[in-house]
Amino acid sequence: MPRAKDLLLQAVVLGLVAWGLLSLLAEARSRMAAQGIPFSFAFLSQEAGFSLSEGLTYAPGEGLRPFFPSDTYLQALLAGFLNTLKVALLGIFLATFLGLLVAAGRLSANPLARALAAGYVEVIRNTPLLLQLFVWYFAVLLKLPSWENALSWGGVLLSQRGLVLPQVGLGGGVLGLALGLFAGFFLRKRPLWALGALFLGVFLGWVLWGPPLVFAPPQKEAFGPRGGLLLSPEFAALLFGLVVYTAAFIAEVFRGAILAVPRGQWEAAYALGLEGRDAFRLIVLPQAVRIAVPPLANQYLNLAKNTSLGVAVGYPDLFSVYGTVANQSGRSLEAILLVMAVYLTLSLGISAAVNTYNRRVALRWRL
Amino acid sequence: MKLGKLTLGIAIGLLAALGPAWAQQSRLDVVKNRGRLVCGVNAVLPGFGFLDQKTGKYTGFDVEFCRAVAAALFGDPDKVDYVPLDARVRFQAVQNGEVDVAFRNTTVTANRDGALGVDFLPVTFYDGQGVMVKKGRANSLRELQDATFCTTQGTTNEKNITDYIRAQRWRNAKVLTFEDGAKVMNAFLQGRCDAFTADKSQLVGYRATAPRPEELVILKETISKEPLAGFVRENDSRWRDALSWIVYATIQAEEYGITQKNLDQFLKSEVPEIRRFLGLEGTLGQDLGLPRDFVVRVIRAVGNYGEIYDRFFGAKSPFYIPRTGTLNALQRFGGLMYSPPFR
Ligand SMILES: N[C@@H](CCC(=O)N[C@@H](CS)C(=O)NCC(=O)O)C(=O)O
Repeated sequence: MPRAKDLLLQAVVLGLVAWGLLSLLAEARSRMAAQGIPFSFAFLSQEAGFSLSEGLTYAPGEGLRPFFPSDTYLQALLAGFLNTLKVALLGIFLATFLGLLVAAGRLSANPLARALAAGYVEVIRNTPLLLQLFVWYFAVLLKLPSWENALSWGGVLLSQRGLVLPQVGLGGGVLGLALGLFAGFFLRKRPLWALGALFLGVFLGWVLWGPPLVFAPPQKEAFGPRGGLLLSPEFAALLFGLVVYTAAFIAEVFRGAILAVPRGQWEAAYALGLEGRDAFRLIVLPQAVRIAVPPLANQYLNLAKNTSLGVAVGYPDLFSVYGTVANQSGRSLEAILLVMAVYLTLSLGISAAVNTYNRRVALRWRL
Repeated sequence: MKLGKLTLGIAIGLLAALGPAWAQQSRLDVVKNRGRLVCGVNAVLPGFGFLDQKTGKYTGFDVEFCRAVAAALFGDPDKVDYVPLDARVRFQAVQNGEVDVAFRNTTVTANRDGALGVDFLPVTFYDGQGVMVKKGRANSLRELQDATFCTTQGTTNEKNITDYIRAQRWRNAKVLTFEDGAKVMNAFLQGRCDAFTADKSQLVGYRATAPRPEELVILKETISKEPLAGFVRENDSRWRDALSWIVYATIQAEEYGITQKNLDQFLKSEVPEIRRFLGLEGTLGQDLGLPRDFVVRVIRAVGNYGEIYDRFFGAKSPFYIPRTGTLNALQRFGGLMYSPPFR
């Protein structure tokens, strides 16, 4: 019965490791207790007392709103987590897009596009990410015009203080827009009618209740913008850095996947009378995606974990907020356990999402 | 692979079991047996603790106290291994015993003493938090109510500026934090923030190393008390006692007027108080677990408090911080520097 023996051995090893970790934790706890710091998560509900340069948090009864110094440590960590999530999700989306583009460049028939894409991949993959973040932040984004000389374009302000967009609010006429969309949805089989219904809804709504969306352009004051939606240079540096870095790896994943589709598939497609583009789109791409998904998941996880470099460019991501919380509260052990659990959950979430997709595209053998 | 995990588990278990044994010994004995001091310092703060890239040597006011300790224990101020600590990791480094002591421009606060698992040594520098702006930006703090303030993460400064903004009810002021002072300074000089807020002495240091110091102004307001002191792991009073009296020795020496130069004359003194202080009589040194003549060794190596101060913040230094009339003057001249008696 080799199986039973195997299982037993595994269980023993697992037990030993768990025991080791637990006794390490217990030892840390008792040592901290000896120094007058009992292990406890109670500090999470104490007032944080420090500020975050950006970030929303949840407050009971108020919903999501900006973080204030009078909020608790838990709310501070939540704000950090939402900042992390914002960069991670947007980053994954953009990196995939850019990665596809670069992969297309590398496989292109045009030698210039090939050379550019190859150069990009080599340079980006072979320099440290941290260095790239510094370049983005200190050498690119902070070199934008100062706030006094901000570039202004149709209510949009661009300066080293960030990109300020007009805040978009819902106006009364949004009801008309909603009705138009609703009607359009039912008429979706006849695009012209649907479009007509949409326009009619917006028009009626506008006449009856005012514009559907209102733009509130930011006010430019001596020290900074008032109102408006701010994309900070810290956020931008982290996002650009992660996207450009990860896209280089993703491009290689896509390229590898496309090359891994057997030559015979192309030939079969041509034999069926498909042209180059259609052969790629209908025959090769679906198979390439299947190959690409698992390594792609790795790149997504890397991107999500690399958001923890945010502190290097002043972005208050989860790990950065953890640093301050641990420092002010002295609860580094408790806080790091919590933060690790959160990163683990985030990673598992991404894996689960990719796995679900993978199952959908995976080959189903019908016998 | 399985075997690897097994050994790992056992190793971790053993480590946990053996831990308490070395936790109980005083750090004083550990350091003496090791023959070298592991001292946590700042590596990037000119004036206090700075790693000179050319010589590879640490210099600064705080560094002198590491040297004083090594001199007291081993008779050689160079028997120190320096560990650069940034603002965020410094308490953990001491708590975990990674360094024996840290002298790293650190403010004594009740919160840190109570919640961070460290104990503080006597104050070596009385500081206060200030604000630096570019010339013409503002003449007083009041004009900065919509400003963005940059500061270092994990410092008292981070919290003080927030407290200040809250107390003033400034709704549009912002605080942006970076992991070290160099990045704060870079972002500030490039214009990302209107103001750099930190301990005033540190602002002096950063200002002096800026490409055009004359374009930067340190506003006169002081928004907090920042008494800076070394710190050790909590609950090791033998170690803490020894270090405290090494720090006091530098101050007491200044009060007596004992300097590196005139030390040999004082060694011939007949005054009982002086003889006791210098270890020519009595057992003060042994009682503290230190060599009998530890004070002599300290003065020989680094001089008295005033001499240390002048080397780094004196009129000839690029980081000139006047001492007369400030809290850092001796008590006899209206300051707060004062040593309990060596008796
Ligand atoms: N005294 C304050 C401030 C200490 C501190 O870390 N100050 C900054 C000044 S900006 C510093 O030394 N930075 C040097 C670095 O780590 O880059 C405290 O104890 O929290």
